[in-house]
Amino acid sequence: MNKTEVTVAATGLNNTDNPGPGIPFIRGLKDSKEFQARIIGLAYENLEPGIYMKELVDKSYHIPYPTAGSDVLLKRLEYINGEEKIDVLIPNFDAELYTFMKASKKLGDMGIKTFLPTLEQFEERQKANLNEFGKKHGIDVPFGKTATAESEIKVFAKEYNYPIYVKGKYYDAYSVYDYDEAKEAFNKIAAKWGFPVILQQCVSGNEVNVVALGDGKGNMVGAVAMRKLYITDKGKAWAGVTLADRKLIEITEKIIGETKWRGGMELELIKDKNGKYYLLEINPRLPAWVYLSVGAGQNLPEALTKLALGLKVEPYDKYEVGKIFIRYSYDIITDINEFEKLSLYAEL
Amino acid sequence: MKLNRMVAISETGFVFDAETGDSYSLNPLGLNIVEMIKNRMSVEDIKERLAKEYEVTHETLDKSLDDFIWSLKGFNIIENE
Repeated sequence: MNKTEVTVAATGLNNTDNPGPGIPFIRGLKDSKEFQARIIGLAYENLEPGIYMKELVDKSYHIPYPTAGSDVLLKRLEYINGEEKIDVLIPNFDAELYTFMKASKKLGDMGIKTFLPTLEQFEERQKANLNEFGKKHGIDVPFGKTATAESEIKVFAKEYNYPIYVKGKYYDAYSVYDYDEAKEAFNKIAAKWGFPVILQQCVSGNEVNVVALGDGKGNMVGAVAMRKLYITDKGKAWAGVTLADRKLIEITEKIIGETKWRGGMELELIKDKNGKYYLLEINPRLPAWVYLSVGAGQNLPEALTKLALGLKVEPYDKYEVGKIFIRYSYDIITDINEFEKLSLYAEL
Repeated sequence: MKLNRMVAISETGFVFDAETGDSYSLNPLGLNIVEMIKNRMSVEDIKERLAKEYEVTHETLDKSLDDFIWSLKGFNIIENE
């Protein structure tokens, strides 16, 4: 079968101990039997490892941080597109999604296709709005509250008792066991991610995750359930195994169906000892462990690219249970000239 | 008593619960007992079989087997009918 040539730009090349989903997404796409993908890496930092993974990323460009605004981003992407003729762009960070969603029409005018959640979908599942989300869709959610002052921690903990979670609006979550720990986590998160900080009730049980893809019309294109087997001190999965958990997939299908979710997503849930599920978070993009879905038989990166291109996608209805991913660290040896080129010309 | 349908047991004694992702290792005797449960033998029949195969007092056998079955239930490897 002749493969279709496609140029895909992706962010999230930070394949570090706190990995972005860019490289796993690209690996999935490189495994595609339908696409011959030329990959354009979009990076924020000079030392994002993906930039130097030449077997996966054909060319990399610096792009401005989301805080610079969508006009600055669009100007840069216009230049990159002039050089590369990008067909599809897949952003992989929560913090940049808003900027890309706002820019999606103009990107479309440039001929760059995306497949992102709508602003409404993005806002509705924000950590700060999760209680309302749970009520609206009939899904159990641990009680959470937004906080802008340390003093609110004491009031919250009095009602829900320690441990509680202290979370940033985009990233970071700390499980804290007393007021001192809570205060430290609160200030760390506020300094890094700004306000509000989210305080969330802690439900005990096993954490389970789902990677899924919605077609924007209420249909689930694919979903794979996973349990983390090894977690780093940053709380990131370093190993995980696919699960046969029908209930988890049903919850995912319900969320995608009711929200008409558009694009990739990751659900984080807790299954308590009575088998009841509590939704902790919905991340509005494919997660860093998405390559496990490819290994288990659902190439969600390929399916996402097809959706972006407006191609017909057959939904996946099964995957292999008991597939394991194990991350590892690896040293890329490169030359200072490479680093120099990227530093001086913002492309490599 | 029956095996949890989500549990897969290999001939080496490796147990994988596909619903939770938990895994365990059984020693040969443990595997033998689980195989008997899988074949729907009653606890009494299992005891009788083990008493023939091993030099063990009825008291020790009762206690050890009850403890083991209790553990299997606790780990959700077997369940009541």
